[in-house]
Amino acid sequence: MSNSNFTRRGLLKTSAVAGAGVALPTIFTASSAAAYTNEPTGGTVTLGFNVPQTGPYADEGADELRAYQLAVEHLNGEGDGGMLNTFSSKALQGNGILGKKVEYVTGDTQTKSDAARASAKSMIEKDGAVMITGGSSSGVAIAVQGLCQEAGVIFMAGLTHSNDTTGKDKKANGFRHFFNAYMSGAALAPVLAARYGSDRKAYHLTADYTWGWTQEASIKAATEALGWETVNAVKTPLSATDFSSYITPVLQTDADVLVLNHYGGNMVNSLTNAVQFGLREKQVNGRNFEIVVPLFSRLMARGAGENIKGILGSTNWHWSLTDAGSAAFVKSFGTKYGFPPSQAAHTVYCQTLLYADACERAGTHNPCGVGEALEGFEFDGLGNGKTIYRADDHQCFKDVLVVKGKDNPTSEFDLLEVVEITPAEQVTYDPNHPMFAGGNLGQCNAG
Amino acid sequence: MLGLDKKDMKFLLIVTFLTLATPILLQPFPEGSGLAQFNAGYPDLMQRFAIFGIFAIGFNILFGLTGYLSFGHAAFLGVGSYSAVWMFKLLSMNVLPGLVLAVIMSGLFALVIGYVSLRRSGIYFSILTLAFAQMSYNLAYSVLTPITNGETGLQVTLNDPRILGQQVSASGNVPGTHFFGIEMGAAQKIAIGSWEFTFSAGYYFCAIIAIIAFYLSLRIFRSPFGLMLRAIKSNQQRLNYTGLNARPYTLAAFVISGMYAGLAGGLLASMDPLAGAERMQWTASGEVVLMTILGGVGTMMGPVLGAGVIKYMENIFSKINDQVLHQWFGWLPDSLESIVIWAAEHFVGSGWHMTSGVLFMIVVIFLPGGLVEGGQRIKSYFKNRRGGDSDDPEHHPKQAPHVAE
Amino acid sequence: MDAILLQTLNGLDKGSAYAMIALGLTLIFGTLGVVNFAHGALFMIGAFCAVTMQRLFSISFETLDPTQTDFLGNPLKVKTPYVESWFGPEMGASIIDWSVPLAIVFSIPIMLFVGYAMERGLIKHFYKRPHADQILVTFGLAIVMQELIKHYYGANPIPTSAPDAFKGSFDFGTMLGFDPNVIIYPYWRLVYFAFSAIVIGAVFAFLRFTTFGMVVRAGMADRETVGLLGINIDKRFTIMFGIAAAVAGLAGVMYAPINSPNYHMGMDFLVLSFVVVVVGGMGSLPGAVLAGFMLGILESFASMNWIKDIIPGIDQIIIYLVAILILLTRPRGLMGRKGVMED
Repeated sequence: MSNSNFTRRGLLKTSAVAGAGVALPTIFTASSAAAYTNEPTGGTVTLGFNVPQTGPYADEGADELRAYQLAVEHLNGEGDGGMLNTFSSKALQGNGILGKKVEYVTGDTQTKSDAARASAKSMIEKDGAVMITGGSSSGVAIAVQGLCQEAGVIFMAGLTHSNDTTGKDKKANGFRHFFNAYMSGAALAPVLAARYGSDRKAYHLTADYTWGWTQEASIKAATEALGWETVNAVKTPLSATDFSSYITPVLQTDADVLVLNHYGGNMVNSLTNAVQFGLREKQVNGRNFEIVVPLFSRLMARGAGENIKGILGSTNWHWSLTDAGSAAFVKSFGTKYGFPPSQAAHTVYCQTLLYADACERAGTHNPCGVGEALEGFEFDGLGNGKTIYRADDHQCFKDVLVVKGKDNPTSEFDLLEVVEITPAEQVTYDPNHPMFAGGNLGQCNAG
Repeated sequence: MLGLDKKDMKFLLIVTFLTLATPILLQPFPEGSGLAQFNAGYPDLMQRFAIFGIFAIGFNILFGLTGYLSFGHAAFLGVGSYSAVWMFKLLSMNVLPGLVLAVIMSGLFALVIGYVSLRRSGIYFSILTLAFAQMSYNLAYSVLTPITNGETGLQVTLNDPRILGQQVSASGNVPGTHFFGIEMGAAQKIAIGSWEFTFSAGYYFCAIIAIIAFYLSLRIFRSPFGLMLRAIKSNQQRLNYTGLNARPYTLAAFVISGMYAGLAGGLLASMDPLAGAERMQWTASGEVVLMTILGGVGTMMGPVLGAGVIKYMENIFSKINDQVLHQWFGWLPDSLESIVIWAAEHFVGSGWHMTSGVLFMIVVIFLPGGLVEGGQRIKSYFKNRRGGDSDDPEHHPKQAPHVAE
Repeated sequence: MDAILLQTLNGLDKGSAYAMIALGLTLIFGTLGVVNFAHGALFMIGAFCAVTMQRLFSISFETLDPTQTDFLGNPLKVKTPYVESWFGPEMGASIIDWSVPLAIVFSIPIMLFVGYAMERGLIKHFYKRPHADQILVTFGLAIVMQELIKHYYGANPIPTSAPDAFKGSFDFGTMLGFDPNVIIYPYWRLVYFAFSAIVIGAVFAFLRFTTFGMVVRAGMADRETVGLLGINIDKRFTIMFGIAAAVAGLAGVMYAPINSPNYHMGMDFLVLSFVVVVVGGMGSLPGAVLAGFMLGILESFASMNWIKDIIPGIDQIIIYLVAILILLTRPRGLMGRKGVMED
């Protein structure tokens, strides 16, 4: 105690404070035990919109946020109601969710699984969000889905295309409306075979991470089943900005199709580079060399400019669809913001509506009740035709669009044209399909 | 007491008090008020403050004392996280084995990387550490996916063996991390009036470790070993002439700070059982450098302060969206409101990076010693006004000037 | 053989971008002793000069075309650039077409000014400060520049095409007796390589053959003595900072058609260019250029399939691996001088 500066007076002071501290709990009003995590008790219910606001996908995140805000307006009975009017389920009244006004908080995922989880946690712990939604990459979606499972809230996935989200990493509290790599392959392969012939030799360039691999495997399996041969599949680093050294070796093979399993900036650069190296003009064995981009995103495709003309790919939804749901959505989004929505905007809008509707039908915000209401739910009128939320893996099964870069765009938004709508049956797979095996939904967790 | 002199003891007690009272101090605004947005007293962020505080304290042992600027410290953070999550997968959800393995593994990594990198000094050393960390990141993201689970990050699943612990919790989920039965996720919410405070077990676990880490670093700063490290910083050549070999000392400092980083990584995984490769990216290494410089290089409190400020901006500013802005500025006339919101949008929500960039510039331009110097200036300003003489320069040692600038 | 030739070309191309950025960085290190983390941002701003030029030329007025409808069913607004209505559709279109080369002219004064303003307004006050402070302030500046660009141009890449005259590829193979279409290289990439060779050559010639350059070189070697001789070395260093910024900017302008520019392209290049500079050796201009080309070529070779088959993932780490090997065998990089940035 030689260094201590404790004095009798100091000690008395300390014990007085400690005494007060012990006495304090009597005046505390301890928070009541909730039935489940963040049970909304007041007149409002809070949703957490967790999207990339910084980093390479910030524009897609911004578009998702716009759609979320629109969905909240419509749920609260403001605006023109959008797809609420065309949605086959009529449980939603336009008076919020279960009579509670919908409020929201936003956060930045930075497209990093760490940051996304931190942001989602703050929504759950600080803002009392009862549902988390968003994301624009599979890594982030899977990470946040895992968190929501642990925390006991519902996760409505945004833009995530990897098979794993509803495959080996599926979770009882997580739901995906967006399509996946397997579906891209199943929808795209017949169109490719019909247009380019069934004896093509494909060369794959694949982003070297989980999503890239699942897409490569899916496309390979689907095309090889129709008679294509895979000459080579080369992994490219995610950090690559210039793909010339991966594209030039293509020239030296007898491949006549290049498949770019890239997304975002990687896709823009690899496609631009491929066109620069004259692959579009190349002739192999008397046939035109073709390039395929299995997952198209209109927002990103803009970055590739003219290079996307005539290139085939698949997409979850496109604003040029003319069904009642799509038209209603494009109209209310376009009127509010002045440009048409992207597929990311569409999927998150649908997810918000589907969640709200499930709450209404279940009569509770309890994740277990909501999950039950979503499982096996069949609906229509949200722009993708008849859709089912499969109970086995919480994946939506619906038609998939095969699109082509438009040759004569009339505006800066008019980049893609739908060449075929592949019916849902053709892209449906068994829940135990090897590409999706190894996962376990587990039990729903209400916290 | 505890081998510290009176001043240091007082300092440690203040730090301990501040750390333990954090859940109250960071929740200054009542719930439901417009300023509640700025409250930071929720478990996840408080845990991050403590954990990144540890990371920065450790980094400061290397950079603050020896002057060696490592640009690859995030690699050790990542190694720590991966080790801890693997322990949760294989052994049990008890955090202790995870933390122990995290510290050991990161120490080993630091030994190897340090041994190689410390053969060079100055910017050559920085680039060597950067190169090692970037290689770890790139490989963890791609080729090493079987070990790291790549892009998705390593997570605990229901199928993991967990030979010593529970494989599946009673409710059919992955069990939570715990410390001999104390659940890290457990929290008690206590409302006083319209204030609500959250006391979380996880935070107090981190906080106690952070205090211990702080105490150890204080001891290192005051020890003969610390003095030797400072000698290396001020003039390595002269040290060599006296017949002393500096490298074992710098290597020891490198390994210690690597272990601190590993501990921080292990704690991150203990609070939230996920290890993502981005933790090793150069931006993450850069972040701890920024934390340390922002707070004040070579000071005890600076790095912790810097870590707090950066994490606060990342988590609080990014959540201010235009809905919130409209609530705040709704009382202004429409035209003025839109101008104010237009200006504010650059700095909050998706523009939060801008705020951090501007802050870095302002701090380094006006407060060359970092935030700690700002605190000192305010303190001395009040002292001078009261006419009291200033004491206690020891606790915030001025940064030793770099040699041969 | 043809594969090696092609990858060498690829490497030269990548290398020229690295070399140009690294050259500017070294100039700033060498002359001012400042670690400039905002150098990548200067490269990015250069690329956005090209984007801006294209946007300026494409400023359009709108006319309604009742025969077509837009996505909301209203009559389509057809945009016609003013240049097309002023100079006629053909002339106008070719002006827009040539906006990237024209942007070179427009970017030089802008980049010189940005560099000048940066040095006078900010960097000047940091000569005597620790490197750590320089890193923090320039990193902060880089973030601010990046966020401003993101705020006004968005985060997605923006297509910026080369003039039509440079589209298509040059067939080297036929010249060397290979089959046609085996060794081909896009014209614009060849232009980029030639351009960077000219810029690098010009910087060297400037330093070598002008009195100004001589003084600067003397100042790099021994700043104090030059100052004692009564020469205002600071002013010359300011100009050198402007030149370094212009070199990074030009590298960016010409790079825009190769890969669509986005706001974070600077950060993508920053770390690599630091590695390049250090591998080349601190304070050595030829070292930076040599290391730039060398790492570019090695990176290209590492991405060859048979090499990747032997060592999986080698293309992910090659640059860092080579950097470590070189720094361990040659303490000051390829051509570094003793005592520069070693403390």
